[in-house]
Amino acid sequence: MNTALHRLLLLLLLVLPWAAQAGDAADYAKASPAKQARLLESWAAAPAPERLPLIEALRANRVAIDQNKTPFIEENGAYRALEGDAEPVGTPKKLRLNNRLRGLLNTALASHQLFAEDPAQRLAAAKRLQRSGQPEQLELLQQRLDVEEDAAVSEALTLALANLQLTASDPAVRLAAVRLLGETGAPLARVRLENLLADEAETDAAVRKAAETSLAQVKRKLLIGELLGQAFSGLSLGSILLLAALGLAITFGLLGVINMAHGEMLMLGAYTTYMVQVLMARLAPEALAFYPLVALPVAFFVTAAIGMALERTVIRHLYGRPLETLLATWGISLILIQLVRVLFGAQNVEVANPGWLSGGLQVLPNLVLPYNRMVIIGFALFVVLLTWLLLNKTRLGLNVRAVTQNRNMAACCGVPTGRIDMMAFGLGSGIAGLGGVALSQIGNVGPDLGQSYIIDSFLVVVLGGVGQLAGSIFAAFGLGIANKILEPQIGAVLGKILILALIILFIQKRPQGLFALKGRVID
Amino acid sequence: MNQPLTLTAAQKAGPKATVIALGLALAVLVAMPLLHLLPAEHALHVSAYTLTLVGKILCYAIVALALDLVWGYAGLLSLGHGLFFALGGYAMGMYLMRQSAGDGLPAFMSFLAWNELPWYWYGTSSFLWAMCLVVLVPGVLAFVFGFFAFRSRIKGVYFSIMTQALTFAGMLLFFRNETGFGGNNGFTDFKTILGFSISAPATRATLFLATVALLTGSLYLGFRLARSKFGRVLTALRDAENRLMFCGYDPRGYKLFIWTLSAVLCGLAGALYVPQVGIINPSEMAPTQSIEAAVWVALGGRGTLIGPLLGAGLVNGMKSWFTVAFPEYWLFALGALFIVVTLYLPKGVIGLIKRRGE
Repeated sequence: MNTALHRLLLLLLLVLPWAAQAGDAADYAKASPAKQARLLESWAAAPAPERLPLIEALRANRVAIDQNKTPFIEENGAYRALEGDAEPVGTPKKLRLNNRLRGLLNTALASHQLFAEDPAQRLAAAKRLQRSGQPEQLELLQQRLDVEEDAAVSEALTLALANLQLTASDPAVRLAAVRLLGETGAPLARVRLENLLADEAETDAAVRKAAETSLAQVKRKLLIGELLGQAFSGLSLGSILLLAALGLAITFGLLGVINMAHGEMLMLGAYTTYMVQVLMARLAPEALAFYPLVALPVAFFVTAAIGMALERTVIRHLYGRPLETLLATWGISLILIQLVRVLFGAQNVEVANPGWLSGGLQVLPNLVLPYNRMVIIGFALFVVLLTWLLLNKTRLGLNVRAVTQNRNMAACCGVPTGRIDMMAFGLGSGIAGLGGVALSQIGNVGPDLGQSYIIDSFLVVVLGGVGQLAGSIFAAFGLGIANKILEPQIGAVLGKILILALIILFIQKRPQGLFALKGRVID
Repeated sequence: MNQPLTLTAAQKAGPKATVIALGLALAVLVAMPLLHLLPAEHALHVSAYTLTLVGKILCYAIVALALDLVWGYAGLLSLGHGLFFALGGYAMGMYLMRQSAGDGLPAFMSFLAWNELPWYWYGTSSFLWAMCLVVLVPGVLAFVFGFFAFRSRIKGVYFSIMTQALTFAGMLLFFRNETGFGGNNGFTDFKTILGFSISAPATRATLFLATVALLTGSLYLGFRLARSKFGRVLTALRDAENRLMFCGYDPRGYKLFIWTLSAVLCGLAGALYVPQVGIINPSEMAPTQSIEAAVWVALGGRGTLIGPLLGAGLVNGMKSWFTVAFPEYWLFALGALFIVVTLYLPKGVIGLIKRRGE
C-alpha cells in the first residue's frame, strides 16, 4: 500500500511539471473556487519552478481574466498574457481570492520557495510550512530535507516534517515525530505537543508517553531560552541606565549637586542624532548607514558645550546650596524640554536604525538578540572604559578626583577648582549626550525622552554611591537585571515599587551606597 | 538666621502691620463665598469659576505651608508632597464616588466588569471613615517612609530623590486599572456630598470656608510650632544637625513628627481640593507637581510660613493667566522662575519686602 502510494506520488512528480506547462494559469482561471483549491493543494505537494511567477502574481492580486477566461497579468495598468501571446478581449476582470484560497496560495508559494537559492528564503518557507503544511506535502518535505545543506533550514524543515507526521495514521511515524519535536525546543513544538496531549487527541499509549517526555524536554529548553532572554534584556537595560547615570554620578560626586537637567542632555543627544541623520541624508546619502558613528562626537560636543554653559551661567552661583541647585536645574530642564517642543514639535521624530543595527541574532528558537541592543551593551562598556581612563590616567582626571575628595585641600594645592568643575560638568553632560545617541537607536525620540530615565538614573547614583565608577556599574546592571527578572513575575509597575522599597531598605544598611569613598566628612 | 524669619520680619515691621495685613486677607477670603451666594446678576456676585479657582489655590497654599514646615524649618526638601495631597484627595474621592453610585458599584468598576468592591473600599460610604482615611493614609505612609529614611540619616538631595521616586512609584501604581482607583481617568463626575448637591452655591461656599478655616488653622499651628522650643530645635536641625546631636538631642523624633504632620496637612488639603475641583487623577502625583510646590515655597520665602502662601498664590495666579494668554510660554516662564528665584531671591518675596522695609 505504502509503496504503491510512493510510486503514485513519484509518477505525479514526474508528470506534474510537464503538465504545468500545459497551462496552469488557464486551468486555474477556468476552475471553480473548489477546484482552484484542489489545484493549489496539488501545486503545493509538487512544486514546479515555472509556476512561481503565476503564484506570486496570484498572491499579489495581479491576475485577471478576459471574456474568454484567458488569464492575464496586470503590470502598471497594462495586461500581458500569462501563457502564449493573446490580447485581452474586453476589459479583463481581476481574479478574486477568498481567505481559504489565500492560505493555500501561501502554502503553495512556500513549497515553491523551498527550492530557492537564498537560504533565508528557504528558511522562511520552511517556517511557514511549520504552521500551514498539508499532509500531501510530506513527501516533498522529506525529499527537501535529504538534500538541504543549511543547518538552520534543515532544522526548520525537520520541525515542519514532524508537525505533519503527527497526523500520520502509523503510530511508529507519530512516535518518531514526537521524539523529533522534543529535540527542537521551538515554541511551536510545545503548542503541537500540548494539543496532542489535550482532549485525548492521541490514543496510542506509547506515543502519549513519548509526547509527555518530549513536552517536558521542550519546556526545559524554552525555559532556558526565556531566562537567557531576561538576563539579556536586563543587561541591555542596565547598560542604558549606566549610560544615563554615569555622567550624573560624576557631577554629583564632584559638586554634590543633583543635575535635574541631566535627562534633558540625553534628550538633546538623541535630537542631535536626528539632526545628523537628516543632514547626512541630504549631504552625504552614500554614507548614511554610518550616521550613528558621526553622531557620537557631534552629540558629545553639543551636550558638553551646553553643560559647560549651564555650569558657567547658573550652577556656579549656587555652590554650597545643593537643594537650590536641584530646583534651578529643574527649571533649566523645563526650558529645554519646551524649547525642543517649540523647535521640533511635540511629536516624536523619526530616527531610523541603519541596516547594520537592525535585525538580530537567533540563538535559540525563542531567543533573538537584537543587534542594536548588543552594540549598546558593548558601547556602554566602552564608554565606561574611556571614562575610567580619563579619570585615572589623565591630569584632568587626577584633578577631578582630588576635588571630589576634598575641595578645599585641592584648592590649596593649586588645583583650579572652578575650571575643573566646568570641565567635569561638560564631561558628565557629554557622556549623557553619548547615551542619547544610544537611546535614539532603541526607543522613541521625543521631548520627554529624558524624563523617563531621570528617576531611574538617580536611583543608580543613590544605590551605587558617588565617586566610584564601580558603584555606578554594579548599581546600573543590578537594577537593570532585577527590573527585568521581576517584570514578568509581578508586572512592571509592582516590580518598580518593590525595587524602590528594596533600595530604601538597602540604604538602611549602607547609607553611602554600595561603594562609598573612604574618609571622614562632617558638616 | 537662627530665628525664624517671620519673627524677625514681624518685629521689624511692627506687629501691627502684620496683623492688619493678615486680617484684611482673611476678611476678603471669608467675604468671597458669601458674595457667591448673592444672585448672579448682582454687581458684587463672585462667579463659581472664580470661587473654584481661589479655592484650588488655597488648597495649594496649604500644601505650600506644609512643605515650608519640612523644608523651611527642618531643611528636608520633599519632592513627593503631591503624593500625600493626592492620597487625601483619593480618600475623599472614594467617599464621593460611593455617594454618586448609591448602592451600586462606582461607574468605572462596572466598566471593568468587577462584581464587588475591593477590600480597601470597605466602609468608604461612611463620611467619618473616609475622613479617617484622609488623615491615616498619608500619615501612616509618611510615618513609615520617614521612620526608615530618618533612621538611616538620609538627608539633603538623597532625601529629595527618594521622595521623588516615591511619588513616581505611586503615580505608576494609580495609573493601573487593576489598582482599583479608576486608572488614568481617576475619579470624577461627583454628585453629592453628605447629601448636598456638590454644585450648589451653598455647598461650594461651605467647602470654601472649610478651606479657609483649615488654612488659618494650619497657619496658626505653624506659628505656634515655630515659636515653641520644638521650632527652635527644628531650625537648629536644619542648620547644623551634627552639633545638635552633640548637644544631646535625637533629631529623629523631631523630623518624624514634622514630616508626618506635614503629610497629614497635605492629605487634608487634597480632601478639600477634590470636591471643589471635581476631579482627582494620578497626574496629581506626577513628580512635576510636587517639584512645582517647592517653587511656590522658594518664591514666597522659605521658613516664613506666610511667604509660601504668597508664593502659591502668585505662581498659580500666573499659571492661570499664562495658560489662557500664552499657553506655549508657560513652561518657559515657570523654568525661568525656578532659576531667577534660586539665583536672585534666596529669601523669596518676603525677603524682598523685608529688605525694602529696611
